[in-house]
Amino acid sequence: MIEARHLVKRFRDKKRGTVCAVNGVSFSCRPGEIYGLLGPNGAGKTTTLRMLATILAPSEGTAIVAGYDVAKDPQIVRSRVGFLSTATALYGRLSAQEMVEYFGRLHGLDEPTLRRRIDEIFTRLEMNDFRDRRCDKLSTGMKQKVSIARTLVHDPSVMIFDEPTVGLDVMAARTIVSFIRECRDHGKTVVFSTHVMSEVEKLCDHIGIIHDGKLQAEGTLPELRARFGIQDLEELFVKVVES
Amino acid sequence: MSFRNVGIVYRKELIDSLRDRRTVISMVVVPLLVMPLLGIGMLALSAKLVGQAEEEVPTVMILGGEDSPRVMADLRQLKDLHIVPAKPDYVDEISNRQIRAVVEIPEGFEAKLAAGESSTVKIYMYEGELKSSFGADRLQRFFRELRDRTIREHLEERQLQDTLVHPFDIQQKNVAPPEKVGGAILGGLVPYFVILLCLTGAMYPAMDLTAGEKERGTIETILCSPVSRTHLVLGKFLMVLTASIATAVLSITSMAVSFGAGKKLLLSVTNGEADAALQITITGKAMVSIFFVVLPLAVFFSAALLALSLFAKSFKEAQSYISPLMIVVVLPAVAALLPGVELDATLALVPVLNTSLVSKEIITGTYHWNLIALIFLSSSAYACAALAIAVKLFQREDVLFRT
Repeated sequence: MIEARHLVKRFRDKKRGTVCAVNGVSFSCRPGEIYGLLGPNGAGKTTTLRMLATILAPSEGTAIVAGYDVAKDPQIVRSRVGFLSTATALYGRLSAQEMVEYFGRLHGLDEPTLRRRIDEIFTRLEMNDFRDRRCDKLSTGMKQKVSIARTLVHDPSVMIFDEPTVGLDVMAARTIVSFIRECRDHGKTVVFSTHVMSEVEKLCDHIGIIHDGKLQAEGTLPELRARFGIQDLEELFVKVVES
Repeated sequence: MSFRNVGIVYRKELIDSLRDRRTVISMVVVPLLVMPLLGIGMLALSAKLVGQAEEEVPTVMILGGEDSPRVMADLRQLKDLHIVPAKPDYVDEISNRQIRAVVEIPEGFEAKLAAGESSTVKIYMYEGELKSSFGADRLQRFFRELRDRTIREHLEERQLQDTLVHPFDIQQKNVAPPEKVGGAILGGLVPYFVILLCLTGAMYPAMDLTAGEKERGTIETILCSPVSRTHLVLGKFLMVLTASIATAVLSITSMAVSFGAGKKLLLSVTNGEADAALQITITGKAMVSIFFVVLPLAVFFSAALLALSLFAKSFKEAQSYISPLMIVVVLPAVAALLPGVELDATLALVPVLNTSLVSKEIITGTYHWNLIALIFLSSSAYACAALAIAVKLFQREDVLFRT
């Protein structure tokens, strides 16, 4: 379960002074649901998701993630969240297995559990052929699989994806999309941000359109279509952002 | 405090760094290969040059002496001098290294010797040129022997004792043990190298583990894990410290081995006559003591470098922050080599300089335990402050996500 409550994030910028990147964002997402956060560049999507993943601390407001307050118990929240974004790179000099092992150990898994989890995940994601290959020698698709394995190793109940398909080819993007769907099917709470309307249509149970740090519209896809009287999601998105 | 998490981070950073060619080169290859090669190479070269200079029969020129046939004949009989005919441009010939030295015998030299009148023999040479000084030394030895012989003859003629011109001897006795003499000369250099290598050994990993992570985008990946930022920075810090200490220890060991080999080489060339600087022996006690006084300094360097490079957005930016630090460290380390700079309670509080000075004293066998304790404490205080700053910086979002 994720429950964002009036999340605010302010940054200090040398040129612009204090900038409010996220301004009172509230939404909730239940287990077995996918919440899609849509917004143009600089709208505040990444900052919101980073606050949910406790990489950034909120300036005001808070969020309850997997039953814990992000401001009060960030470490416990991180142990229950899997966070994946295009910015979350791999350690190039570690092998695929070492990379996943490292994060498993940091999540406090004991060695027998870690072995079992790694075997399960590597088999499920068809990664056994390159498990001992260094990450910097892997193809983009293989790297994505290692990133997924890294987020899954501790079996988190909440998954957060920040534009996970940006820069990926069709095949790698499909892997991610099917993985997100799989997460929902396994009863995980999933929040993800994207630019790609087709992904939203395919995956999201709830949609939040964010612009200028504020949540401008929220609801299921049929609800939003009915409210704005527009069937095409891209048109709907543009209308919300421009209004 | 979870040591388990710090250990996990440290282990990963160690594996990661040991697979990085640049870290391995700066931490292992340079100290183990380059330093001894440079050291032995320099010693072997100087031994070879000294040997060559000693083997050479110096070419010398004699000015005047036509009215002193006996002296001239004695000079010509010397097998270790090659005499060439006199020329007016002898200064140029010395400068151009065509001849090594020139002796000018005054007019009526032998007659004056016989009459007991004083005169001056001039020897021309090129100061600072080894082969020229060997030539001049040989000439000087000849004329000193001639002078002594003449004095003896004059005394015998007058039936007088030798002691008339030599009433007493003066002897200067050195009470300093050989390691102190050597330590004073070479002792200052060892801490200088140790301190510098502690710094250079920590530089690359500090930048790679912080600014490098930002540049490669792995900083966000690691921040997603439940490990606390304090544990994260401590794990990274331990890796930087390992690199710093490993570089210094490997360098010192290889320097000691190559110094020993070089010393043997030089002694074999100089037939066992060693310079005071070569009399140095670094004892096990001195090495252990130096390790303990340098340790807090290595901690200070590692933490300071980590904090500085964490602030940078990229590896390149980190380099521009860290490069000036070299000068800041080298200056106090070099100041300890200056004559007259002696360790006292005030200097014991100056970072780097204190460690350099106390290490120099330890090598010469002097242990001022109260000052050693003061230095250890003050260096530890600086190290703790630097580490606290590094930990604090790791908590700051504006530093971690600086754009």
